[in-house]
Amino acid sequence: MAEIRLNQIHKSFEDFTAVSSLDLTVPDGKFFVLLGPSGCGKTTSLRMIAGLERPTSGEIFLDDDEVTASRASDRDIAFVFQHYALYPFMTVRGNIAFPLKTQGVARRERNRRVAEVARQLRLEDRLDEPVFTLFGGDRQRVALGRAIIRHPRAYLMDEPLGTLDAELREHMRTELRGLQDRMQATMVMVTHDQIEAMAMADLVAVMNAGRVLQVGSPMTLYRRPADTFVARFVGSPAINFLEIPGPLPANSETVTMRGSAVPVRPTTTAVDHDMVTVGIRPEYVRLADDGTLAGRVITAEYMGTHHLLTVETELGRLRVRDTHRRRAAPGERIGVSFEGREMLLFDPASGRAVQAIDDVSGE
Amino acid sequence: MATVRISDVSRTFGDTTAVRDLDLDIADGEFFVLLGPTGAGKTTSLRLVAGLETPDEGALFIGDADVTHASPADRDVTFVFQQYSLYPNYTVFENLAFPLRAPGRRLSDAEIRRRAAWVGERLGITDKFDNRATELSGGEMQRVALGRAIMRQPAVHLMDEPLSSLDAKLREALRSELKALQTEIGSTILYVTHDQSEALALADRVGVLGDGELLQVGSPEEIYRHPDSVVVARQLGSPAVNILPCDVLNVTGTGASDVGLRPEDITLGDPRTSGDGLVATVRQVERLGAENTVILTLGGRELRAMTAPELSLDKGTEVSVQFLPEDLLYFDRDGRRLTA
Repeated sequence: MAEIRLNQIHKSFEDFTAVSSLDLTVPDGKFFVLLGPSGCGKTTSLRMIAGLERPTSGEIFLDDDEVTASRASDRDIAFVFQHYALYPFMTVRGNIAFPLKTQGVARRERNRRVAEVARQLRLEDRLDEPVFTLFGGDRQRVALGRAIIRHPRAYLMDEPLGTLDAELREHMRTELRGLQDRMQATMVMVTHDQIEAMAMADLVAVMNAGRVLQVGSPMTLYRRPADTFVARFVGSPAINFLEIPGPLPANSETVTMRGSAVPVRPTTTAVDHDMVTVGIRPEYVRLADDGTLAGRVITAEYMGTHHLLTVETELGRLRVRDTHRRRAAPGERIGVSFEGREMLLFDPASGRAVQAIDDVSGE
Repeated sequence: MATVRISDVSRTFGDTTAVRDLDLDIADGEFFVLLGPTGAGKTTSLRLVAGLETPDEGALFIGDADVTHASPADRDVTFVFQQYSLYPNYTVFENLAFPLRAPGRRLSDAEIRRRAAWVGERLGITDKFDNRATELSGGEMQRVALGRAIMRQPAVHLMDEPLSSLDAKLREALRSELKALQTEIGSTILYVTHDQSEALALADRVGVLGDGELLQVGSPEEIYRHPDSVVVARQLGSPAVNILPCDVLNVTGTGASDVGLRPEDITLGDPRTSGDGLVATVRQVERLGAENTVILTLGGRELRAMTAPELSLDKGTEVSVQFLPEDLLYFDRDGRRLTA
């Protein structure tokens, strides 16, 4: 397995800039996710790592080997496509062994490696079935098997779970992550689904409009987003944004909300505007009779493990994750308070966080 | 607004029974969601109520009127589809107003403007009134489609996966807005979806469909906490319910073949100091933000537990698995729920 390094990569298609100033290091043996909305440049970035696109400028390294100009077939990287290109009438065995056959690997060695891959993917019982008889999840595994058997230096996957239904997707993401753990493989996956990224990744790079906005562990992105885009893109239900009066000097340890001082993580940068953007996730808003803000319940959505309340407050609408067994009724008057340490403060003009972005993955 | 009564309705296409003996009463002002996988008969049920299909057997009533053979136009229902169905060359306002200018209704311009202002404000589309439909994003188009239906004030709203072509963030936002609107105006809505979280969040009552048959009807809490069968239990909840043979959880003497246990009803602890003998191994931890899903191996089986985000567990750690007996769901060999 290898480390992948992208150094100042630019990619333009005529007058459209798909990727700009991309610096990225995918550590050896890590599960790395490129996350972002459609058109953000994540797939183009992946295709450049694969060698399917040439960067307009910049360099790509696999460990110490510069591969910027080498062909896809010379990079020893396996690409697993969204629409798995399998040979439907060939057996599972035939499909998995195919890359070795084209490389001229002897039959005995082929059989040994097919058996090893089938064990890793739990496909032992299906080796002699034709692929067209398999369902989505099993097909996905065969496609993976064909990638794994080559022992490449890294795996690239473009929305590998995108076509599966919800239940199977949940199952396959566990399986794919488990496989990565067993193989200690360097894997780079592209997805627009933040839950998938959170659940699977060691490290996530959030992209928008051709740029990387933040690289971090899932929990760091979730609890310490670098800007309002990352804060909004990661997390479901979405984070709440409120506005409170500014300015706010650097090293502030409290903010004032409707007259009450709420302790927060200290600011590192001043906000020189007449307002400050506050982000707070629904699980860090609590119902409290003598809360910081007064509110009225608009809707109470039952979610099985909790209720998701929408509350109209003096500072706007808030979503609240409420774990009480009793469901609050629409129209009910309640108070809300905030977990100050999890309040996120942003500059309203730039959208940048004005607090330290510490790594919280160990917490 | 009106009640809907679906009385022993069946509909067959060739050899396939799409809907079998569907019997359902929907109350005036109720938000009723039909939930099921693809092919369960959800859309056919909705089309039967709309009059886009005619039942082979049974009868349909909207309010007191027997509409079994009435044409769609005579049923006073609106239909919102998954795919946006706006008039592309009309402005948003014209799209909203169009149905109210139809010969049968012919509302005054003042009344049309009043209603448009009202839904426009609630759905956040007032500033788009002069835009053409083609200039809208997907989320805005679906807001207009919902607004247009609501302005008509029909006896019943029929909605076929209206949120499913939107991205996750928009879907969630519009879901809450739709629920708030329905709470405010008390419309009768029959809504179909394959998305369990949408069903739980929106519905006053949910009907779970499988293979053309209604498997269970109840409030979201009832069907989530008290499913009648393994099939219904599995339809609800994310992460999915654990269904395990009794012996894996040391459950004996109940006559059950399998037990169901929801991930959030499991408590993990230190096996040296807590629990009574059930020890599982941590295989993976998915940190989802507000909660973690811990994937465990217990007796050779996979078990999913939901924990607080603060609980950090390394792969390979042994943990005790604890739960309250009253949270267990007991099922017989055929997947039917056994009740004490």
